[in-house]
Amino acid sequence: MTDTITHTTAAPIRRRVDTTSPEAQAGVRRRYRAEARFKSYGLLAILTAAVFLAVLLIDVVTKSLPAFTTNSLQLDVAIPADFVPADQKYNPAAIRSADYLPLMREALKTAIPGIQGRGPERTLIRLLSTGAPDGIRERLAADPSLIGTTIKAPLLLSDDADLYFKGAGTAITTRATRGTATPSDTTGTITITASGNEFSENLVTVKLALAELARAAITEADRAARSTASGAAERAADLRKQADELLAHAKDAASAELLDSRLPSLLVAINGGLVKITQLAADRIEGEVLLPLSSASEAKPGDWRVVTYTTPESARKINDLEVALLERFKTNGQVERAFNWRFFTSGDSREPELAGLRGAITGTALTLLVTLILCLPIGVAAAIYLEEFAPKNWFTDIIEVNINNLAAVPSIVFGLLGLAMFLNFFGLPRSAPLVGGLVLALLVLPTIIIASRAALKAVPPSIKEAALGVGASHQQAVFHHVLPLAMPGIMTGTIIGMAHALGETAPLLMIGMVAFIVDVPTGITDAATVLPVQIYLWSDLPELAFQAKTAAAIVVLLVFLFVMNGTAIWLRKRFERRW
Amino acid sequence: MDMTTQGIPTAQPYVPAKPATAAKVVARNVNVHYGEKHAIKDVNVDVPDQAVMAFIGPSGCGKSTFLRCINRMNDTIPICRVSGKIEIDSRDIYDPSLDVVQLRARVGMVFQKPNPFPKSIYENVAYGPRIHGLAKSKTDLDEIVTMSLQKAGLFNEVKDRLNDSGTGLSGGQQQRLCIARAIAVSPDIILMDEPCSALDPIATARIEELIDELRSNFCIIIVTHSMQQAARVSQRTAFFHLGVLVEEGETEAIFTNPREERTRDYITGRFG
Ligand SMILES: Nc1ncnc2c1ncn2[C@@H]1O[C@H](COP(=O)(O)OP(=O)(O)OP(=O)(O)O)[C@@H](O)[C@H]1O
Ligand SMILES: [Mg+2]
Repeated sequence: MTDTITHTTAAPIRRRVDTTSPEAQAGVRRRYRAEARFKSYGLLAILTAAVFLAVLLIDVVTKSLPAFTTNSLQLDVAIPADFVPADQKYNPAAIRSADYLPLMREALKTAIPGIQGRGPERTLIRLLSTGAPDGIRERLAADPSLIGTTIKAPLLLSDDADLYFKGAGTAITTRATRGTATPSDTTGTITITASGNEFSENLVTVKLALAELARAAITEADRAARSTASGAAERAADLRKQADELLAHAKDAASAELLDSRLPSLLVAINGGLVKITQLAADRIEGEVLLPLSSASEAKPGDWRVVTYTTPESARKINDLEVALLERFKTNGQVERAFNWRFFTSGDSREPELAGLRGAITGTALTLLVTLILCLPIGVAAAIYLEEFAPKNWFTDIIEVNINNLAAVPSIVFGLLGLAMFLNFFGLPRSAPLVGGLVLALLVLPTIIIASRAALKAVPPSIKEAALGVGASHQQAVFHHVLPLAMPGIMTGTIIGMAHALGETAPLLMIGMVAFIVDVPTGITDAATVLPVQIYLWSDLPELAFQAKTAAAIVVLLVFLFVMNGTAIWLRKRFERRW
Repeated sequence: MDMTTQGIPTAQPYVPAKPATAAKVVARNVNVHYGEKHAIKDVNVDVPDQAVMAFIGPSGCGKSTFLRCINRMNDTIPICRVSGKIEIDSRDIYDPSLDVVQLRARVGMVFQKPNPFPKSIYENVAYGPRIHGLAKSKTDLDEIVTMSLQKAGLFNEVKDRLNDSGTGLSGGQQQRLCIARAIAVSPDIILMDEPCSALDPIATARIEELIDELRSNFCIIIVTHSMQQAARVSQRTAFFHLGVLVEEGETEAIFTNPREERTRDYITGRFG
């Protein structure tokens, strides 16, 4: 083209790309640098996102792991013949409603002989969950001939005991001894006299710990002194006095020490029993017997040991007796760890070890079912009508704008709408999957309509024209050709919308799906809760074991999401067609 | 078909099958507007039956627009307004009482870009007969499909893979599949909008051959940018320019002795 245009000087204008000049080469280098820079930015962004995601996933998954296993005690449970009245023996209802607590208590006491007194007995029985007899109950109801026999059964541990075996307890160190030791008695408060200054080592450790506590108190006092809050000065003085006392103890190397719960627990394992030291001197101790001794005879060097529970009693959920008992069960080989089926088969509970997701999963499934049944036909029909049949006028324009606006409305607004309309006006039941599904349907509908319209629009018009060209009616062209081709896109949009609904919490709080519901819902009008709300509820609870449960519920929710999104991808790949 | 013909070949002798009054398609004072744009201005044309008519003209002159008026495909464009009168077999096709679906079943169309359905080859051809209930049985349908593919000159190439996707064929094969699809419902008229624009000379030749064969049974209107093609396949030619039908007549006359200056300029390649 350029050579046809001539210049007045008759010299043709030649504007060629100069590839040899230094500027041109600098330009090329600049372009390469810019491209490389852009690539590295992209890579950096991806990596950052990947790292965040990995950290999040790893964090959630590691936190959730404890919730997927559960510890129980394998004990021999003797079932007395008169456990249920003889005439009721074959009545499952009677068997189920019998009192299992004495059975549990006896089984525990047989496993650890010598536990006496109401306090220790209560501690023992509290190691078990209130749901511990559930397994036995079902077994007996199914097979009453077991009554009068002794059966081996796993008894579920309580949440704190369970957590102890999952690492939330204390480190335990044991020190062998060189001298002999003589206990004064086998139970109650006893003294143990040891040859040589056997305990001096522990005494030193305790004094060091005291000094540490004193230092902490001084730091605290300094902080209080700087504070202007009322009473801060008194508090500072108080702390200083404490610190002084602690230091005095710490400095006097020889004096006996009273141990309290702020210090690591020291115990003596002797003659098959366990004594918790309350007063520590270099050559003798005074203490409470936790596990009774078999005799008060002298123990030879090496036959007895000093045990330390490193974490102070005040800093853990379970006391020394419980630790001692659990450790005894463990050495007896009676602790069993198994997959926590209950987590998936039971409903919510106030007891963390009994709480499960079945209720929430069922609630979620029912809610999403209602949502899907409402959304898919209405959404797809609306999209087809708007995209293919509706006349283009101001009215359909308004509808279109409003659908787009609805997609951007905060979800809690839909919750309020649901509360006002479905609950207050139509009087539908509170907390029910029916209402949850209706509300979520409102929420998801715009997403589905928009996605479906986009999918319909993406079908090349030539396909529709081809169909019209052979004499198909408009409706035939849409339903025979356009819709099947748009289907993968519609499915993807629907599933993404459903995944959105799956994770939705706020609107469901408004319609009462936040209640504590133990029963697994059986229909769409039963009270229920859903996974995200369950997560929200559990995350609020004070029990330590619920932290793992919360994380585990998040993992389950994520698995649901992955499965749904995976299905969307699969559907797209499966039904995608070239044209 | 003589592929070695250079320049403007002589067209085949055209003997009108029926007198001019029995024209298949009659257009009178047809005007088409796209919104404000006046795309077709006062077009009057008679299309004879059992012959091929070519529409030629520079890009954007309204050939496709006019072609799409004949099967009312323009109805699908909301901003398009058609006025005037188009009759097929003396029946006004814009008459509100006429069913457009039946019209399109009688007026087949082959588009510029091959657009097979993303379904099997068999389904592509069988679709039309099926929705119009032309086949009484499966064997009937098989026969229609086979016949159509044979007429379109595609059968031998695809007879072993009728269940493969129609979109998996080559461009030329796809276009012949579209022709088979169009003739499967035995229309009276076939409209072809630049059917060879994406094809190589061999495929083009096959389609031209095909058009030549189809001529005996159908009324064919073809839009083309190739003067040679128009000269080779058509008996009548209409030249459009800026929405106006400049000149229309027997192909031989148009190419050898056009009445209008603009026609001469166009066919000799002086503008366009
Ligand atoms: N859908 C449409 N909306 C608006 N204007 C259109 C539309 N289709 C065609 N036109 C206009 O109408 C005029 C005629 O278009 P048409 O497609 O009939 O041209 P053509 O002769 O087929 O050209 P070509 O040979 O390039 O295919 C053009 O100016 C074009 O811009
Ligand atoms: Mg065109």
